[in-house]
Amino acid sequence: MYIEMGLDMKRKYKIWILLPVLICLLLDSSIMVSAQQEGYTYNYDYWGDVQYYPDAYSVVGVYTAADLNIDTKLNNPCSVFVYEDLLYICDTGNNRIVELRRTSMTKFEMVRIIDSFTGNDAGTFSGPTDICISDDGYMYICDKGNNRIVKLDMELNYVMEFTKPTDATFDQALSFLPSRLVVDSVGRVYCIADNINKGLIKYEADGTFTGFLGASEVTYDWTDYIWKKLATEAQRAALESFVPTEYDNIYRDSEGFIFACTMNVSDEKLIDDITDISKPVRRLNLRGTDVLVSNGEWPVMGDIQWDTAGNYSGMSLITDITVLDNGIYFALDKVRGHIFAYDTQGNMLFAFGGSGNVDGYFRTPVSIEHMGYDLIVLDSLDSSFTLFTPTEYGTLTYTAIEQYNSGEYITSGDTWKSVLALNGNADQAYIGIGRSLLRQGEYKKAMEYFELKYDEENYSKAFKQYRKNLVEEHIIQIVLVVLVLIAIPLIVGKFKKVKHEIDTADIFRV
Amino acid sequence: MLTALRNKDTYNHYFKTLKYSLYVITHPLDGTWDLTHEKRGSLAAANTIVILTVFARILKLQFTSFLFLQVYWEGINIFLYIASVLFPLALWSIGNWALTTLFDGKGRLKQVYMATAYALTPYPLIQIPMCILSNVVTLEEGSFYAVAGVISVLWSAALILCATMQIHEYTMSKTVLFTIFSLFAMLVMIFILLIFFNMINQGVAYFVSMIKEIMFRM
Repeated sequence: MYIEMGLDMKRKYKIWILLPVLICLLLDSSIMVSAQQEGYTYNYDYWGDVQYYPDAYSVVGVYTAADLNIDTKLNNPCSVFVYEDLLYICDTGNNRIVELRRTSMTKFEMVRIIDSFTGNDAGTFSGPTDICISDDGYMYICDKGNNRIVKLDMELNYVMEFTKPTDATFDQALSFLPSRLVVDSVGRVYCIADNINKGLIKYEADGTFTGFLGASEVTYDWTDYIWKKLATEAQRAALESFVPTEYDNIYRDSEGFIFACTMNVSDEKLIDDITDISKPVRRLNLRGTDVLVSNGEWPVMGDIQWDTAGNYSGMSLITDITVLDNGIYFALDKVRGHIFAYDTQGNMLFAFGGSGNVDGYFRTPVSIEHMGYDLIVLDSLDSSFTLFTPTEYGTLTYTAIEQYNSGEYITSGDTWKSVLALNGNADQAYIGIGRSLLRQGEYKKAMEYFELKYDEENYSKAFKQYRKNLVEEHIIQIVLVVLVLIAIPLIVGKFKKVKHEIDTADIFRV
Repeated sequence: MLTALRNKDTYNHYFKTLKYSLYVITHPLDGTWDLTHEKRGSLAAANTIVILTVFARILKLQFTSFLFLQVYWEGINIFLYIASVLFPLALWSIGNWALTTLFDGKGRLKQVYMATAYALTPYPLIQIPMCILSNVVTLEEGSFYAVAGVISVLWSAALILCATMQIHEYTMSKTVLFTIFSLFAMLVMIFILLIFFNMINQGVAYFVSMIKEIMFRM
């Protein structure tokens, strides 16, 4: 009997279990999510806590030499460069540069391998570390092993070369080891050379050396100065030397400023008091002054907090930067393989990537470049490069920022609302909506958005206007209230005084 | 006690002593002298002022505009906030009284406590209106808020100094000296409390682990 009951119950329960499942399946089938969350994309909020975001970039593919039909494996590639739809990889260990063309969204085709050029006796490369193509179609290659920068035209004919400056300011005992370079619109060459800490070496278009650019100012506070005066020789040698830092990589943005990054930073002073000596990312103008705008809650330094275990400890060491045409720049961190996106004001937009063997993670990332909105990250230990493309979330973020920057405030607010629909954690979305409301004159609503995300300056702006409007609207009531507040005690006081005088007047005394 | 509560005079006396605190803050030396020697202050009013100070501190958290005070709500421990007023007050009263007793001070513990409590009056008096003010000013006008906050704390500190002077009948230089010594006395008390806490912790842990081991062996 019990078994029968049990079977009956089972059948009954089966229906009760299957029915809701069926209903859920039917309902769910209309809300299919197409993009899979692949990695961890995150950002830091106002308090410095990690908040996770939906992926802003997804991996299109990881390309090794085999995928690209190149005969030998890439050996210690140092740098990538993008020119229109061409991708150049400096295959340093194999003394050559590989030129690829992007034929479709996912495919790259090899165009040619550049390992020699005509028109010069020493027509081969020895450890080329960087390549740059100027706007007028000339190739500039850092030929580190041969101590020169070579300028070729697109048919690989030698045009000229830049060698060690013979100037007195350049220490002639040091050899000239150019490692990275950028070329500006008139053909001037700015290059980073190993062991030179005076800044970027600047050449004119005809090859003459015209000095150094952008050495960081050496600053130290008076306590260090006094200590240095009083210290003994041995102690002084052990002190950190107060010299400018060497740069590690440079990139020229669409406005002509040079973004430079350095890995020679110490994390002691960074978060609370970012001094000149410890800025990892700088934006140099043509006079060499750092004009990077850092108005975000946290300085432009990559990660703000990190674990203290093993290889992944320590602050982010920014090894390369690339800048999109809309001003958003990406910094590549060597320590944990993270890529940080910052907007023009220095607010972090999102961060993704990591260390590992999965697609989208790196072993030793050395270089980052952009092709349109897509990102290419070169992994030297893995001998491959990874191609990222923006997801719907990433595209919406860029659209919202670009719309606001071009003045379309209302549409920018709507785009930020769609960003918010995808990501409830996005601080910039709330602030973006608030700013668009501020421009439209809706101060009360703007204040609500700013208050949510602790944006003091914008809240103060909105509040000022709101208060002005409120007072102007209700000025009559306010004046009345103030008058009443002042007048009533006066009247009451007068009343009491008169009453007192009547009470104590002589004529009423019997 | 009920008869005392029903008697209207008790309430009159209470409000009079509460109003007297306003006299104290504007006449520091005269006010603190009369507080104890002329019996113009009362313990009930002193307790009220302490409660108001704690209240003002907590109100500040909730009602100050975020322009001036950004509160990490997940990390707030309200007991710590309340203790941040009561604990130093208790430590100071006991430390000051104990130290000055050794050095010819004329103050009793009740007097020291009452005077310190009355000296805290500027804090709630200024901070509570400042809470309201912070909601109607912008960032640029915020210097008023900051200055008022500093004034409230400094005023209270000056009043405590004057109170110490009048109660123990010291000269000014002796007052300053013994205030610094009282601060050291507070540190010593904190040190002893820490040691006590640690030892009791270890003692309890010893017995607990012994009982656990016995239970496991059963």
